[in-house]
Amino acid sequence: MITVDIEKQLKGYGGQQVLKIAREFPTGSITKIYGPSGAGKTTFLKIIAGLTDPEKGKIVAGGSTWLETRAKISLSPQRRKTGFVFQNYALFPNMTVQRHLEYATNDQQWIERLLKTGKLDTLRTHEPTYLSGGQQQRLAILRALAIKPKLLLMDEPFSALDPEMRAELIGELKPMWKEFGMTVLIVSHDQRELDGITDDELMISTP
Amino acid sequence: MDLTPIWLTLKLAGITTLVLLLIGLPLAYWLSKGRSFIKIILEAIITMPLVLPPSVLGFYLLMAFSPQHGIGGWLQKAFNVQLVFSFPGLVLASVIYSMPFMIGPIKSALQQLPVSLAQASYTLGKSEKQTFIHVLLPNIRASVLTAAILTFAHTLGEFGVVLMIGGNIPGVTRVASIAVYDSVENMDYHSANAYSLTLFCITFVMVVSVFVFNKYKAKSPLE
Repeated sequence: MITVDIEKQLKGYGGQQVLKIAREFPTGSITKIYGPSGAGKTTFLKIIAGLTDPEKGKIVAGGSTWLETRAKISLSPQRRKTGFVFQNYALFPNMTVQRHLEYATNDQQWIERLLKTGKLDTLRTHEPTYLSGGQQQRLAILRALAIKPKLLLMDEPFSALDPEMRAELIGELKPMWKEFGMTVLIVSHDQRELDGITDDELMISTP
Repeated sequence: MDLTPIWLTLKLAGITTLVLLLIGLPLAYWLSKGRSFIKIILEAIITMPLVLPPSVLGFYLLMAFSPQHGIGGWLQKAFNVQLVFSFPGLVLASVIYSMPFMIGPIKSALQQLPVSLAQASYTLGKSEKQTFIHVLLPNIRASVLTAAILTFAHTLGEFGVVLMIGGNIPGVTRVASIAVYDSVENMDYHSANAYSLTLFCITFVMVVSVFVFNKYKAKSPLE
């Protein structure tokens, strides 16, 4: 179970806004996060991952306190070790497909399985520049999965995939999430994109 | 032509570049991360040699490291080290004088990298040091090379600072730029021309290399 209760000031187009979310995410659940642009969807994921801190709040994951602003506790992203799929992929231009996964894990069997899942096994020696948008996005997903995270945070992870590839990839990923008991939070701008995949949803909008 | 000043210049430029790479990489990384009053002041001090007359910098270094004064006096008493009119003194002066050429391009390149690169590495459990070595540094290779070449070339062309702190001791502090000046003073235009032409050719190759590397950098997927 992951319990989040946070409050953060956002500098938006229309001036200062407050991102305020109090929510529980049961272990193994898949939650869709949606809302208008600039409402703080990405910021919310980054707060959970420890990449940015809120002004006020508390995050408890699996009995461990990740964040408690009153007690000035904030675990580093390295200690939270969430799987994070960035909206801009954040791939490392100097690393090949295989090297991306080797940077994250030493488990070669797991790397092979991931490469097959993402249909990137024939492109393992390619650097991101030589991959298409969809291939880059799949690599970003595989890299996040490589550390077998308990919590997977995905920011618009399927936006560059065609509907067929998206359905196929999700079909492969869902059993994997179940197998490792991952709790998954997926940000999507398209409310219908994840229909039938998620168990729950969270609408983020600022007042 | 006595080749000693040329070798001495190359040795000075090589050691200065190496020392500045070791100091410059961590310093540029630290400066690239956020702003604070201390960072602004330190950056201004690092940038000063770009705008300050070299003779002014050389004068203050001479005063600071003279065995009769402050730090120089302490170094002399405690370690029996004399920096003025010695090769180590030239290295120290060159490191200070060329520092902006090493720090500037590296800091700027680090700031241009998307923040998410380092963040992605942190979420994979990697430390700041691992992230710097495996992710950030390989992606600013071209800028580090440019900075190293510029530092090397700039050190080759030093005159005011090295003359003030090193003087003109053959085989010890008489670098090529001083040899040119000395030859002209002695009306030996043939030697002056030989030293000048050598310096011109070396620096020309260096500047061409910078343009080549910059072109390579422009093709980087991060641009």
